[in-house]
Order: sequence, then C-alpha cells, then structure tokens
Amino acid sequence: MNQKSKNMHHRASDIRVDLLLIANMIPEGARVLDVGCGDGDLLEYLRQEKKVDARGIELSPEGVQQSVAKGLSVIQGNAEEEISHFPDNSFDYVILSQTLQAMSRPDRILEELLRVGKRAIVSFPNFGNWRVRLHLMLKGRMPVTKSLDYPWYSTPNIHFCTIRDFVDLCDELGIKIEKGMAINSTGGKISFQSLLLSNFLGTQGLYVITRS
Amino acid sequence: MTVATENIGEDGFAEVVTLGENDPLRLTSGEILSPIKVAYKCWGKLNEDKSNAILICHALTGDQYARGQNPITGKEGWWPKLIGPGLAADTNKYFVICPNVLGSCSGTSGPKENNPETGEPYGLDFPVITIADMVGAQVKLIDHLGIDVLFSVIGGSMGGMQVLHWAVNHKERLNTAIPIASTWRHSAQNIAFHEVGRQAIMADPSWHGGRYFETDERPHAGLSVARMAAHITYMSEGSLTAKFGRNLQDREKLTFGFDADFQIESYLRYQGISFVDRFDANSYLYITRAMDYYDISADFDGSLTKAFEGTSVKYCIMSFTSDWLYTTAESREIVRALNAVGANVSFVEIDMDKGHDSFLLDCSEMFKIVSGFLAAEAQESGIRLP
Repeated sequence: MNQKSKNMHHRASDIRVDLLLIANMIPEGARVLDVGCGDGDLLEYLRQEKKVDARGIELSPEGVQQSVAKGLSVIQGNAEEEISHFPDNSFDYVILSQTLQAMSRPDRILEELLRVGKRAIVSFPNFGNWRVRLHLMLKGRMPVTKSLDYPWYSTPNIHFCTIRDFVDLCDELGIKIEKGMAINSTGGKISFQSLLLSNFLGTQGLYVITRS
Repeated sequence: MTVATENIGEDGFAEVVTLGENDPLRLTSGEILSPIKVAYKCWGKLNEDKSNAILICHALTGDQYARGQNPITGKEGWWPKLIGPGLAADTNKYFVICPNVLGSCSGTSGPKENNPETGEPYGLDFPVITIADMVGAQVKLIDHLGIDVLFSVIGGSMGGMQVLHWAVNHKERLNTAIPIASTWRHSAQNIAFHEVGRQAIMADPSWHGGRYFETDERPHAGLSVARMAAHITYMSEGSLTAKFGRNLQDREKLTFGFDADFQIESYLRYQGISFVDRFDANSYLYITRAMDYYDISADFDGSLTKAFEGTSVKYCIMSFTSDWLYTTAESREIVRALNAVGANVSFVEIDMDKGHDSFLLDCSEMFKIVSGFLAAEAQESGIRLP
C-alpha cells in the first residue's frame, strides 16, 4: 500500500522528458498498448493524466512486477511474439519507445504495431547524430553512447538506424508519417523542419505513424 | 454469524458449516447433494461493506489449513508466507477464507464423510464431482458468510482451476483472479498421470471396492504409489538432480537388490508413506477425476476466448519456468484469450527451478507480485480497512 501511494501522485516532471513528449500526443480516454513498457512509468502517467485504458508488454519480470504494483495490466514476454496475439485494431495508440532497435525485425514490428493499433508512436536512438558520426569517423570504432552503453558484441540493440533510415523504411512499407520530430540530448524538441538537420542534430527520432 | 463481526486475527478461526439444506447443490453430473458440509478456516476481519474478502483455493491434496498449524498433521499450513499480517494476503487488511474442497477429506462432504441418508460413509456412493461443483460449494459458503463480491480469488494448481471457474462462471462475484501454476483444461498427459494413480489405488486388494472403511484395512500401498507417481510430476528434473543426483541412501555401494539404494527412491517412498496418514484414498480418486473432467472452455464450444468474453474481472496470472505439469505455454493460452477479449490481465513467468511445486515454496517474486497486485487493486477500488 505504501509503495503504491508513493507512486500515486505523479507530476508531469516525474517522467522522462521524452516520455512526456509521447504522453502529450495521446488523447484523453484512448486505448493504449505500450510495447516494452519497462516499469510502467509512462502507462501510469497516461492512466492518471489522460484516463487511458492501458496495457503493456514487457520482457523483464522485474518491470512487470513494478508495473503490476502500479495497478497496470502488463504481460511478460517477448514483444514480437506477444503482440502477434492481439486482435486487429484493438488499440488507438501503440507505443514503441526506445525499443525498435532491439527488435529482430523492425520492419515487421512496425507493421504489427499498425495492425493492432490505429496509430503507433515510435521513438528510437538516432545513429545519424553528429556525435555518433564523429565517433565512428575519428575513433574508427562502433559508437557507444551514454544512454546505450553496451559494447557491440553484447548489445541487445541489434538494429540501429538513423532518422533518415526510419523515414525511408516507412516509405517502403507504405506507412504514413503523421508527425515526426527529432529530440536533442536533453529531451527537447529540435525545431528544424529539415530532415537533413534533424538527422544530424537529433539524438532521438520520435514519430507518429499510421496506415496510409 | 460470528466470523463476520469479530476480529479473528492472524490465528484464524475454523469451523464446519452445513449448507444447502433448503437449496441443494446441483452437481454437473445432474445429481443433487443436500445438505453439504463445508469445512473452512478464515483469518482477519470482514470490513463493514464486506468488500475485503479473499478466497484461497487449495490444490489436490491441500486443505483449509493454509496458515497456522494443521491440527491433523501438526505441521505448518501450506501457504504461510502468502497469508498473514503484512504479507501478500494481508490479514490486517483482508478477510481471508480457505475452504476444504468438495470431495476432499478434511471435513467437507466427500467419500469419507457420512451419507446423511444412511448414516454411513459414502464411499463410492458419493457422486462424481467436478471443479465446478467444488466452486458451487464455495459459492454457498460465501453466501452463508453474507459476502456478495469477493475482492480476490487466489489459488495454485487445482486451486487455479477453481479460480478460473469462479472468474468465468461467477464473474459478477469477484473483482480479481489470481491463478498460479495452473491450466485451462487437463491435457491427455495430465489425465494419464492421474489414471496411473487411480489404478494403483484400485489395484490394491485393501481398497475393497472403495469400502475399506468397513474393514480394518486401508489401501495404503496403492495410495502411496499414486502419491509417488504424482510427486514426480511436481518436481523438475533439474531440482531432483540437484537434490539427489544418483546419490546412494545410507550405503557405500549398490546392493544388487530392490531396496531403496538411491536417495530419490527413499525420498519418494517417504513421500508416499507420509501421505497415506493424512489423505483418504477415495478422495484421491474423486478429486483427480474432477481435475481430469476440467476444461474451462467446454461450456463455450471449446473456445477459451468465448469463455472470457465480457469479463470485468482483473487477472494476474503466474507460471514457473520449470513447471512441466502445467506449463507456461498453457498459462499463455489463457493470457492470449483474455487479451483477445480486451480483458485486464497481467502475466509473469517466474524463473524458478523447483518445478510445479514452486508455488508452494518460498518464492519471493510470487509473493511480491501478489502483494503489489492486491495492494494496487485495493487502493483503486477503495477497499476500506476492517
């Protein structure tokens, strides 16, 4: 009970800035699935602030346990496997936050997100960022960033892409981009409209996609 | 209704009530049982609006003594780390009820108890019962206690089958369901193991066609073998290897005989022998049969999805990695059917190497999940302290 009440009264500042950006895109009362929901912070925030009907999928038992203790309904399992068992159009929004790069087939997961949801919100680390480019150019070694500090041989992040790659993939799959933005290292929006600059300056891409 | 008003606390209160005298229990088979006796134990205190009751459902050979000393065996109850003050099923907050199931042998109506019509034990005259009938008897107990809606129904293994039956067939009478290490139907393999056990009992000449109670004999050999076979299914290969390996029992070398050379043999024999003192052979036949007949989808054209349609119950489902009796895959089938109907369901596969019996062991992850789930739900639905 104590742990719960500690978690109950979330303020906007309590969740990560990039998660807040996602939360702001979701309308009141939506049906939301968070794929790779971690300890359920975003879903809890959405449930309290936006009264959404929240569901989650999470690989780590600890994450599920913490989510359950927040009163959330979360399934433990592999995202790519578990999402395939949800019926078509069961959600208004499906969120894939910082997880795309860990999928064995990012293209298939995007299609799955849009099968079970009307819209998907996808955020991912941008390997087109100038620091990453510089790192590879100057050091000649696989970039290891602060937020993704695994060596290349043991990283769960097996499919990195750039913002440009992501936009191209959506195009190839016939997925419509409703909204897209680049985010800087402090989680702020980058105001450049240009894809070139976004891809150069953004540390993360954040996209709302739908079926065209 | 003493239990409803008094604080019976963590030590609990046990009694046997006679129910269904005017409202008989209609069994799945079509037979009618009236009256029935239900033995149960309870802990904590029912709150004013009777909204804090948790029903605990026991497994095949369990009983109502989930917490505290079992007066028959003298041993500690079977779920002492789940039920109690400050624990997951917190007796400071919830009123926790654990009934002995129909067909069993700890005071609830079953083959060992007297048939009210003849004044003698039922034996095989006791009607064949199902998981649904066990729940039917529990519904009568809950009615008797004046509880309309249970805050939660929790159980492992066969207890989980009762939980699922409650959630599917009495969905308006519970808020949350926690089936652990369970399944939605008995598989061919599950039935096969039970059949071995039943045949062992019935092949024992001391069974006397189920009327051993009229003799000085008891089918201890058969019941013991049944328990040994079943016990193997409750443990994992890994845990057996870790615990016993090929270690010899109190000897240096093989004896070239049929004595218990190996520790595992000695252990199994002990499990069998210690079981017969506390369990009735006919009850074992009836309860294993009830489990074999269990298929939650049967009344819904074999569709698990249909069974869960329109549910408002919130589920928290758990399985164990090393459980090969009721596997994670079976729990996931339940989870996926619930997801298909948009139900509120959480699921965790707990990494534990002790096999099916993990749910009865000291599993802190399971306790934490149950505790967090119940606390969050109690807060959300505004359950008041007693």
